[in-house]
Amino acid sequence: MATAVTAPRVLENAWVRFAARRLGRLVVSVWVVITAAFLMIHLVPGDPVRAVLGPTATAEVVAAKRAALGLDDPMWSQYLHYLQGVLTGDFGTGLASSLPVSQVISQRLPTTAMLAVLAFLVAVAIAIPVGVFMGVLTRGGRARRAELSFTATSVVLAAVPEFLLAVGLVYVFGVSLGWLPVAGRSGASSYVLPVLALAIGPAAVLSRIVRVQLQSVLQADYVRTARAKRLRAVTVYLKHALPNTLTATLTLGGLLLSVLVAGTVLVENVFAWPGLGTTMISSILARDYPVVQAIVLVYGVGVLLVNLAVDIALALLDPRSTIRES
Amino acid sequence: MSRWRSVLRTPVGACAALLLVGVLALAVLAPILWSAQADRVDTDAIRQGMSAEHWAGTDDLGRDLFFRVLVATRLSVELALLATLIAVVVGLTLGALPALVGSRLGRYVVAFVNITVAFPGLLLALFLAVIFGVGARGAVLAIGLAGAPAFARLTQTLVAGVIERDYVAAARAAGIGRFRVLLRHVLPNIAEPLIVNATISAGGALLAFAGLSFLGLGVQAPQYDWGRLLGDGLAGIYVTPAAALAPGIAVVIAGLAFNLFGEALAKAVGLTTPLGRALPRLPRRTDSSAPSDAVLEVRELTVTLPSGARAVRGVSLQIAPGEAVGVVGESGSGKSLTALAIAQLVEEPLQVRAERLHFQGADLQAQAHRKLLGTSLAMVFQDPMTAFNPTQRIASQLAEGAREHGGLSRQAARARVIDRLRAVRIHDPERRARQYPHEFSGGMRQRAMIGMGLMGTPALIIADEPTTALDVTVQQQILQLLAEIRAADHVALLLISHDVTVVSAVCDRVLVMYAGRVVEDLPAAELARGARHPYTRALVAAVPTMESDRQLPLTVIPGRMPDPDDVSAGCSFAPRCALADAHCAAEQPELIASADGRRIACWHPAPASLALQES
Ligand code: SF4
Repeated sequence: MATAVTAPRVLENAWVRFAARRLGRLVVSVWVVITAAFLMIHLVPGDPVRAVLGPTATAEVVAAKRAALGLDDPMWSQYLHYLQGVLTGDFGTGLASSLPVSQVISQRLPTTAMLAVLAFLVAVAIAIPVGVFMGVLTRGGRARRAELSFTATSVVLAAVPEFLLAVGLVYVFGVSLGWLPVAGRSGASSYVLPVLALAIGPAAVLSRIVRVQLQSVLQADYVRTARAKRLRAVTVYLKHALPNTLTATLTLGGLLLSVLVAGTVLVENVFAWPGLGTTMISSILARDYPVVQAIVLVYGVGVLLVNLAVDIALALLDPRSTIRES
Repeated sequence: MSRWRSVLRTPVGACAALLLVGVLALAVLAPILWSAQADRVDTDAIRQGMSAEHWAGTDDLGRDLFFRVLVATRLSVELALLATLIAVVVGLTLGALPALVGSRLGRYVVAFVNITVAFPGLLLALFLAVIFGVGARGAVLAIGLAGAPAFARLTQTLVAGVIERDYVAAARAAGIGRFRVLLRHVLPNIAEPLIVNATISAGGALLAFAGLSFLGLGVQAPQYDWGRLLGDGLAGIYVTPAAALAPGIAVVIAGLAFNLFGEALAKAVGLTTPLGRALPRLPRRTDSSAPSDAVLEVRELTVTLPSGARAVRGVSLQIAPGEAVGVVGESGSGKSLTALAIAQLVEEPLQVRAERLHFQGADLQAQAHRKLLGTSLAMVFQDPMTAFNPTQRIASQLAEGAREHGGLSRQAARARVIDRLRAVRIHDPERRARQYPHEFSGGMRQRAMIGMGLMGTPALIIADEPTTALDVTVQQQILQLLAEIRAADHVALLLISHDVTVVSAVCDRVLVMYAGRVVEDLPAAELARGARHPYTRALVAAVPTMESDRQLPLTVIPGRMPDPDDVSAGCSFAPRCALADAHCAAEQPELIASADGRRIACWHPAPASLALQES
């Protein structure tokens, strides 16, 4: 029975190696993002302090502000200082307002995260049933008309960017019908339009992916094996085809998730949503670089974490992927 | 070039092309024709809604928004194309760099691309827009550079695919410099996908630009593009919704034009042809002749392809209990389709029909006999590597049929799985049952597949090339296992193989198929010396000796089998047959049974006594 013990251990090791590799990649990527955010303030044209204080500010005021921000220190010491600050959650103070940036972030991040998570869930909840239904309906070249109209609809919906969708939704449900609030965050109903605007595009793309993947999985040998066992059609679809469809879908659709995170910036601005996106744009326009820097960092790390989550989900769904990777 | 032009022949491609030409024409002409109307300030008509005079209303200076949207086409398209150009040039350079500068530096470039490509373009663009400063110039640079990593990744993949090819290797071996190889041999070969993707991403750039301008980071007043107009219009959406909707619609139409045209190009270049139309479902005939004691009775089985051609053309066969029948033929002879059709595993758009298709006395065409087939018909497929679901444990895959049809409890099914794995000689079945397919070797998977068939009480095992994908040594073991199971449980076997040796070693009787028909049906023992059909004899002759090298392909017979789409009126083998005459070419020989139970379809069969020496 000695061999019986080794199998789980091998698997465990594969998991450990997988986790180590992913963690290493995450650390490197996060470091790149932090460095990029740090460099941003030095790459902007002109003097950021002069820009925010305006041409009327006296030279002494500007110099004092520069000194306070540490902008006159040598580059490497600024970098170390910045790294240290980021790691302890200290992002400095804004130029325009004198609030600590970390406070702005902690106020705005939850509302943005809420929006993104809800939109993702809605997109998945739409895409999987629709994709599976269309996949089964159109398998092996059946129901060509249904396939054509599905493809056309989803192509158009996917091509319309979320902020234009948002404008359309505002017009229809806010202005014309007057059913839903079109700006700000006030109760559950105010979530409907922003979430929909964010979710519709990814849902269209995802459902197409699900359909195509399901069809290719239905061609797979193991589905034929499942059919050779004379299982009920529902069992074949749900037990054998769907899990493998999801693996493939997640691989291709994982990127959509991070696109959705970025999409919040535009959608928030359409709906005047009090989140990171609106703050980011107003800070860019006000040249409040410390705030912009911090928000860029948060978005960047957010995308990295989303990617990591997708990878982990993939590894859980497909027992081969942890080993195949190495 | 004709492939590019074929885009216009599809309805989507033609529409997209038309739309695109329209957008481009507008971009050129609109500012020339309507600049004056677009800029005319009219303080008497501030912020008006839609009217006959102002189709899309007016803005807060009373300027006509319809004309402003039309005129904005040029700037919007121009900036998008400029950004795309930057993305393509920078991306192409980054992507080709690893192939140029050698592995060390190349690896850093690849790593850089890999990290940046993980971020959504919009986020990169926002970051870059901050660096390059607010305004149209900064936004062009930002969107262009943000699009570059995706292009670099694409280029890398494409270059890697081409650089391995023989002619590139030959050019490099001939001492041609890397840059020249890239320019002369690699780039032309990856141009198509690059152009297609550039078209699609021009649409993306257009939308992204609208986004940045809408946020106030792109085009600045007094200049205006669609995004700017949209941003200005949104504030007044309650009063003059058209001010926001008109530029929005323009962006969508133009974006779609680029996108759809790119997709249509991709289709035209990508050689994907649809499977063709589905055939109408044919009424099933039921046959009420008396049941026989045969395990399987098939009469006039046909499989029709979507094109209307028939890949299996009237196959009839019978299998007695415990009998082993082999089907041989080259690939394309329809032998595997015959097996799948018998097992009711052929799906639309292929159509199966038969005058009679009875399994254990049950008419398979009259109704679905799920339970009967699930317990009494076992299948073994060619490739054990792909025949198992990779995401589920072996035990659950073996057990589910028994649980569904036999109503076994979880424990009982599990015990049966372990018992059956042991029966197919898998060591340590308790542990193996818990594993995933990828932890099994090929031979072991094929054993497990046979074990899956033995979960019920099979009367017939259909094995479709069960050993083709396996090593020679493992082949023997699998065949041995099948023979033992057959002997022990009196199970009939239908063995499909292109390998004459395998079939004659295992089977009692052999059917030889050619171009979708059975051309000879003879005892396996007669195969080596007593075959009468010219094709059978050619097949046998193609195997050097009956014992050795069974890996040898059967292509030694000159000529090739006709496709189902162009079978002739006469004998399908005639073009390759040494004995063919005018009669053979004109009329198809029927499959005729002789008194000894053998069947043959040939106008000039060799006499039974004649040995192989003449062929
Ligand atoms: S019918 Fe004629 S062509 Fe066909 S196999 Fe026989 S001899 Fe050859």
